[in-house]
Amino acid sequence: MNLSDLSQQMAQRWHDQVRVRTEPHGPCGEVECPAGLLPEIARWLFAELDYSFAGLIVEEDPAQWVLRYEFHRAREDVPVQVVVRRALAERTFPSISDCVHAADWHEREAEDMFGLIFEGHPRLGDFILHDDVWQEGVEPMRHKFQTSLAPPERRPNPHWSLRRIVQTPGAFAMPIGPVFSGLAESVHFQLETVGEDVIRCIPRLFYKYRGIEKIAEGRAPQDALLLAERFCATSAFAHALAFCQAMETIGGVEPPGRAKTLRVFLAELERLRHHVAAIEGICESTALAVAASQMALLQEELLRLSGALTGHRYLFGLLTPGGLKCDLEDDACQRAIAAAQDILRRLRQLEKMLQFSSSFLDRLEEVGVVGAKDARTHGLVGPVARASGVVRDVRKALPYCGYEAFNFDVPIEHEGDGYARLRILFAEAAQSASLMQQAGAALRPGPIHTPCPSRPGAALGWVEAPRGAAFCWLRISEAGQVARYRLMPPSFANWHGLHLATENFAFQDFPIILATFDLSVAENDR
Amino acid sequence: MSQWVCRGIKTRIKTTHYPAQAETAPGVSPGLPLGGAYAAAVASLVNLCPTKAISPGLVKDSLIVDYRRCIHCFRCVRGATTPMRWDQGWQWAADGQKCDSVAPGSEGNRLGRVFAHSVHIIVVDAGDCGACLNEVKQLNNPYYNMHRLGFFLTPTPRHADILLVVGPVTEHMRLPLLKTYEAMPTPKRVIAVGACALSGGVFGPSFVSGAGVAQTLPVDVQVPGHPPPPLAILHGLLVAVGRQTPASITSPAPILPEATTR
Repeated sequence: MNLSDLSQQMAQRWHDQVRVRTEPHGPCGEVECPAGLLPEIARWLFAELDYSFAGLIVEEDPAQWVLRYEFHRAREDVPVQVVVRRALAERTFPSISDCVHAADWHEREAEDMFGLIFEGHPRLGDFILHDDVWQEGVEPMRHKFQTSLAPPERRPNPHWSLRRIVQTPGAFAMPIGPVFSGLAESVHFQLETVGEDVIRCIPRLFYKYRGIEKIAEGRAPQDALLLAERFCATSAFAHALAFCQAMETIGGVEPPGRAKTLRVFLAELERLRHHVAAIEGICESTALAVAASQMALLQEELLRLSGALTGHRYLFGLLTPGGLKCDLEDDACQRAIAAAQDILRRLRQLEKMLQFSSSFLDRLEEVGVVGAKDARTHGLVGPVARASGVVRDVRKALPYCGYEAFNFDVPIEHEGDGYARLRILFAEAAQSASLMQQAGAALRPGPIHTPCPSRPGAALGWVEAPRGAAFCWLRISEAGQVARYRLMPPSFANWHGLHLATENFAFQDFPIILATFDLSVAENDR
Repeated sequence: MSQWVCRGIKTRIKTTHYPAQAETAPGVSPGLPLGGAYAAAVASLVNLCPTKAISPGLVKDSLIVDYRRCIHCFRCVRGATTPMRWDQGWQWAADGQKCDSVAPGSEGNRLGRVFAHSVHIIVVDAGDCGACLNEVKQLNNPYYNMHRLGFFLTPTPRHADILLVVGPVTEHMRLPLLKTYEAMPTPKRVIAVGACALSGGVFGPSFVSGAGVAQTLPVDVQVPGHPPPPLAILHGLLVAVGRQTPASITSPAPILPEATTR
């Protein structure tokens, strides 16, 4: 649907209450509506038009609240940004999470960070700022909150505990974390069970909350880029790329062709490494030691490959708004492609062997099933969504970096179980290796950087990170500093849907389901 | 299952010979900038560093690099008119501040020799970005295989001799980190891994994040790097048990009378 169709249809339904215009921040339709109409419009976009919800951006203007709800669909459809404005004194907004369930955690976050109240939301409070550490009323994302070095005065509550939900005889709650299992990231799970099955799975996140969105404010874009690159190192390149693309939209510059092709090349190298690591995690969770070791070998080889090629094993310090900081030699790229092809060949061998390991398959098949409908309403993204039959890939839907010129498939499975998620990882790894090859063939000599001016303005940046669609909203102030940096990473969407897969499955399947969901805590906790 | 056994045997030994021999494979380490004489480029290089890791040295026209703060942004090489010289190694682990609870059988920052070939390690993620944790994880892969050197990961603090901390220590993780440390039997040692754990990195100090582990716990061994490659962490572990000599946390090493006599 193009912009004129959209405004026509909206005018028919809501007449002059809704104002549609070409959004000043890139190719996007901005729909401004009164707060009362928001749930209706969100429902129309999400349920009737099948738009995906990307995230909620809250901004505190000097005089008013500006809430932006991001929606997007397919390549031929214009992305939509629904904007609601209200005076600062008014803190109540209608909740849309009953129809767009994907907005649930976004609203909880806005309540915690800005003190906004979402009418009709069933569960606000204790989300990012833990109630046992912070008292109510700390609203760190407000402008008036000082990011002083010393944390504000707090009265920790040692008697605080998670609410129990299952109330039947014999029910018990199993608390896990935040320090558990050799090398797990810090997260707490409350698993409620009656005997064998997990009945409720409530993850408690944000133990690693580092306040990236807040500490980015007031920094120069180059320094905020360091944060974008470092808050989640396993997809560092992807998040830094989203940041740079937002900067380029604001500055109105297009990076040179060679830089764009190299970006595709490196982004796919990162995806390949990430998927190999995710498959290793799945093999490890099923205690298939040799397979896990074989995958670990491939992962280390990819890390060394990245290190030898770019100087850093996690691809740090390469991106800059307007292009890349350093050029890669064509010969080195060709050697990397050959090495990646060899790794892919071995990956395929291992895939075949896994397909004949019945003890392994027994732990994955029909375990942790997420249906297509649930995946959609919860707004799952990335390989997890694609394993449940939801095709979402912003490389296709909102192409960037010239992805439209490359030939690649978005693999899809329909079973929605752990094995489907594993197959998606294998298939995507093959696509990434092929994309690396295509990018290598498309490399032409040329400059790798266009100067990117730091103009005031705001823009949305997006990228298909290894774990799924990642969006970020960047606003640059008149002084050329970051005024707002909103991160909407894929793990935030997928953690929200983890309970769909774990509930009503056996307790001993929990670590395996967790591994197939391929979640990053660092990416979520920001 | 026999296919997996065959596969394992066919793969042969991949393990590095470090510490007996040097590891020469490309891409094992991102390296760190070297301090020393930089003539006229001193001021510009100091300005390029976003974390103030580079500062002018006492000797004229020289630079000192504080490895605790280096976050591998490569600004002092890429785009710098006089790029910094680069150390391609990884043996960076240095002593932390002196541990005050010196227990019998232990030697200051070191675990005693009795532990030298059987050490159990608990890893606590105190706000890490995923890189340091993944590099620690690589120590278990066949390329590094830390078991051959007598290092084992344990999920429980009750069995742990070494607490390995990654991340700048966020507000929410401070209490779990302290509880983990207190639950460990003595003698115990703390290794802080990564620039974030040593100085807060790009994250701290801020309203939700500390400026490293030393604010919360006595740190015995510091492993710089962002992230430190697996070999650097391995070096840190070997330093903690006294099987390798520690390096200096700055480049070049400060010339102090105490440091030379110790």
